[in-house]
Amino acid sequence: MTPEMVHGAEWTVKELFTYPNEYIYWTIQIVMYPFLTGLVAGAFVLSSLYHVFGQEDLKDMAKFALVFSFALLLVAPMPLLFHLQQPQRNFEVMLTPHFTSAIAAFGIVFSIYAAIVATEIWFVFRKHFVEQAVALKNKEGIGNVVKMNIFRVLTLGAYDISEEALQKDEKAIKVLAGVGIPVACFLHGYAGFIFGSVKANALWMTPLMPVIFIMSAIVSGIALCLLTYIIIMEWKKFRIKTSRKPRGVTTEEVVGAELDLLKKTSKYLIGFMIAAITLEILDLVFRGYTAVKSWDILRTVIYGKDFTNIFFLQYVIGNLLPFTLLLIPGLTVKRKGIALVLVLFGVFMMRWNVVIGGQAFSLSFAGYMHYHMPIIPHNFETFREGLFGAIFMGVLPFVFFWGMNKFVPSLEYKKQKTELNAP
Amino acid sequence: MKFTRRDFLITAIKGALVTTLPMGAVRLLSPSEVRASIKETNVRWGFLIDTRKCVGCGFCVKACKNENEIPYDVPVTRTWVERYIVLKDGEQLIDSPMGARDGFTGQRVRERDVDPKDIAKAFFVPKLCNQCEKPPCVQVCPVGATYQTPDGVILVDRSWCIGCGYCIMACPYGVRFFHPVHRVADKCTFCYHRIHKGMNPACVDACPFGARRLGNLKDPNDFVTKTILSKRVGVLKDEYGTKPMAYYIGLDENVR
Repeated sequence: MTPEMVHGAEWTVKELFTYPNEYIYWTIQIVMYPFLTGLVAGAFVLSSLYHVFGQEDLKDMAKFALVFSFALLLVAPMPLLFHLQQPQRNFEVMLTPHFTSAIAAFGIVFSIYAAIVATEIWFVFRKHFVEQAVALKNKEGIGNVVKMNIFRVLTLGAYDISEEALQKDEKAIKVLAGVGIPVACFLHGYAGFIFGSVKANALWMTPLMPVIFIMSAIVSGIALCLLTYIIIMEWKKFRIKTSRKPRGVTTEEVVGAELDLLKKTSKYLIGFMIAAITLEILDLVFRGYTAVKSWDILRTVIYGKDFTNIFFLQYVIGNLLPFTLLLIPGLTVKRKGIALVLVLFGVFMMRWNVVIGGQAFSLSFAGYMHYHMPIIPHNFETFREGLFGAIFMGVLPFVFFWGMNKFVPSLEYKKQKTELNAP
Repeated sequence: MKFTRRDFLITAIKGALVTTLPMGAVRLLSPSEVRASIKETNVRWGFLIDTRKCVGCGFCVKACKNENEIPYDVPVTRTWVERYIVLKDGEQLIDSPMGARDGFTGQRVRERDVDPKDIAKAFFVPKLCNQCEKPPCVQVCPVGATYQTPDGVILVDRSWCIGCGYCIMACPYGVRFFHPVHRVADKCTFCYHRIHKGMNPACVDACPFGARRLGNLKDPNDFVTKTILSKRVGVLKDEYGTKPMAYYIGLDENVR
């Protein structure tokens, strides 16, 4: 008989004294979970900036960000599912929620938020559903019939697309986007609360945690939306250049629209980045200044064991460098793209440093634990709690988005917009 | 308007129905049923550990692993013993290999030979679940799979635990782990299956020196209760506000 393995023993290396039962129990999937919910919240806030606060410059972005947020939303709970020891029992969180637990509210907050986003998408694309259902009505072919029926279901029987009805839709969108912002922030802020409220963990326990999480969430959400937008626009340009058939728009028009939008969104990104970094540094300074019992070991983790992860990878590569890239005058699409990748990396490292860093030291304050992320999986456990499990989670939202875009075209290229902005 | 006898009767019947029908939901309980339902018991389990008597033989760990079917050769354990060595230069060495399952038999501490002449003081500290009055592990369980019994012991429902690990994270004492076979959270229960039959926990029976004692803290004549009330005892990590119910005699400032 093969000896049983303790969960966590495969990737935990202990140093000095740790309690016998201590292992890195929360691994890469728990890094992915706040990272993904952060992207959800950030993307939604970005779309709401247009719908609620009337930031006209974000108009083209708003639709895309909204649909992308929903694609991300569908993936957000999956890392949790992957990490559970008894994933088949996940529904118990809904059946017997134990409300003193921060995780128990997950099902409820998540469902409410999903309902809000889905409803808002419906209102935004209702006109499109009706138009498609009507247009496909008399067309032949199995594909068209299936498509027509899907669109008919999506209309939910509401075929009124008069000016008056559409104005009501606009109103509903505004309300939903407005209600959605606090719910999105709550969804993610409470992911921060899950960590911040663990009093046993000296690194996690701070009331600033939810706020830090929300700020970095918005940063990452905006960054991912912009990055995806750039990639899609570059792809379009490439298609226009390489196609023999005329496509109605020229490369210059696409570039003009793209750069214009990117410049305007940069200021939001920079603003939220400043807020996030300020809070993180405040937290660090406060810990060092008050220097309670746990500071002795925390200091050795923050300035020693995790120095590269925190100060080099997160702060320099993930914050300082993109910050500089965005602020240097004469922003180009390529430079912006690089900055956005770095920003995303920085936020990911922040999640990593919280989740893994919080388990880098023993509860006894007398020893350390190191997480060696499984790269090549040799069983299911090392797959799901290793590199490939995380990559799988990272790819999934794009697959969902691709599928959803067949029915809710969030990337419609607006020609009149370019004409207005053309020099 | 005239209030006839007929009206009076109708109103009376209606009134009677309105007041009595909801009463159907109420049931008279016997005094014992009441006591059971408000979970009042005259038992509150507590633990007393006399660190001065512990020699680090590890019999308690062995007994616990066998009694509670924790796979013998995996390093997780419901109870363990820590060895503390403070050297004359102030350096502190702590270890607990395999939770001290095989006892401390040599002077090696993690690949390092310690010269007895350098030792200022050394002692053993047995650890187990503190069965806290305010258990953070119960607070954070999202599905209510871990709970506190009326007599104060924290248990895990193996058929309901989803294995999220939040309770493991929330315990400041590191007593919880994932059971390697059942793949759910596991912890010391003071051998609940034994103590409610009037027996001792396995570790208590296995200890040759009487360093471990289980007692009923609600019984003023219990040895453990009397000791806690009359002697100088300490608890572990009281700064977390968990109100631990495992009391220690001879705690040292070095104990983690």
